Amino acid sequence: MSLAKRIIPCLDVTAGRVVKGVNFLELRDAGDPVEIAKRYDDQGADEVTFLDITASSDDRDVILHVIEAVASQVFIPLTVGGGVRKVDDVRRLLNAGADKVSINTTAVTNPEVVRDAAARFGSQAIVVAIDAKQVSLPGEPLRWEVFTHGGRKHTGLDAVEWARKMQAYGAGEILLTSMDRDGTKIGFNLPLTRAVSDAVDIPVIASGGVGNLQHLVDGVIEGHADAVLAASIFHFGEYTVRQAKEAMRAAGIEVRL
Amino acid sequence: MKIAVVDYGMGNLRSVTKALEHVAGNDAQIILTDDPAVVASADKVVFPGQGAMPDCMRELEQRGLKQVVLDAARSKPFLGICVGAQLLFEFSEEGNTPGLGVFKGKVVRFPADKMHDEHGQKLKVPHMGWNEMFIVHEHPLWAGIPEGERFYFVHSYHFVPAEDIAVIESAYPYRFAAAVARANIFAIQCHPEKSHHAGLKLLENFVHWNGCY
Repeated sequence: MSLAKRIIPCLDVTAGRVVKGVNFLELRDAGDPVEIAKRYDDQGADEVTFLDITASSDDRDVILHVIEAVASQVFIPLTVGGGVRKVDDVRRLLNAGADKVSINTTAVTNPEVVRDAAARFGSQAIVVAIDAKQVSLPGEPLRWEVFTHGGRKHTGLDAVEWARKMQAYGAGEILLTSMDRDGTKIGFNLPLTRAVSDAVDIPVIASGGVGNLQHLVDGVIEGHADAVLAASIFHFGEYTVRQAKEAMRAAGIEVRL
Repeated sequence: MKIAVVDYGMGNLRSVTKALEHVAGNDAQIILTDDPAVVASADKVVFPGQGAMPDCMRELEQRGLKQVVLDAARSKPFLGICVGAQLLFEFSEEGNTPGLGVFKGKVVRFPADKMHDEHGQKLKVPHMGWNEMFIVHEHPLWAGIPEGERFYFVHSYHFVPAEDIAVIESAYPYRFAAAVARANIFAIQCHPEKSHHAGLKLLENFVHWNGCY
């Protein structure tokens, strides 16, 4: 078996610029998306994910131009998420050059969009993003629920069951973010990651909480993640993707180097 | 020189076109087309494909492209990618779909009972990510690409040739044919257009290939 575990830098984009929020607040400007995507590509990133966090619908089309510009210069898979509401939104992003489109809130409010998009464009193009928070109290068996709208809205859905359901609806991959950990830099929520990854047959990308390279290793070895996603450790130059891969290889994980 | 990328409405063909344009420079004109006449008059043909094989086959027939694709596969440098490569076989387990029958063999799903690694850990399907490519037979399109180079895959089905046409194999967890070739046809399961330098090298080799093997 020689399939490499993937490292995926994530770029939060608003109004055509890359930013990274801490706990979804206080945005810091980190630069030009094309330039940053090219830098990650040069460092050996296995994919790049863009999360469009543009609030205003007036600026929705800006992301299409960003994707077009990146796709003509970067020849690795590109995933785009954020604000996807209709099958036609998926089509427009794919046509702009995205290889996969990530669906989050809409998967909860209208799961048929996942089914229809997977039927039309293939499961390989459809990622379902799950934002999960631990809801079990200390001493209780661990349990996580799905939140939407950037973590503000509680759905009551069990995260593990939801991942299984989205697989059945045709999702080709799960992007799993621990809302408790996002922006904290204390590492992935490993029990959550492992519970979801073991429950489904499709690949799971772990996200939320990476602060150092050991966290990436833990996500794969302890969390059983097929890919690990991180933003701030790469954006602000703390580590390169290559350093991350070397750390993973040193821990016995198969990577593309 | 004109290279036609066959557009039959299945999936995102922009990546393939962009990557070909990137490597071709002024050496070739890349034409994304759903017009059978344009495919017929092109010097070379790229046949991509994404999504479910039954839908791909249906679209190909409805758009009147099946015959020109078959003609191109018999006569000019021809590159099949992903489902475009799978369509060249006789039959696919996906929706029990008859293929174009250019190659003998069938397309099968990664069998659930084999999807675990040597430590017993579950292997996910789709087979998604970067995997190693092992050379079975040297081929002009593989010139300059080292043994063990990684390419980007995303698929749940793979082809099983019934003739000796495998040129590249990968492993997940068992060895399977990742690329096949005969005469003027080269067909690959993974995505060279998304496989960084090595993938671009393959496409560049195709742009300059005379169709001999």
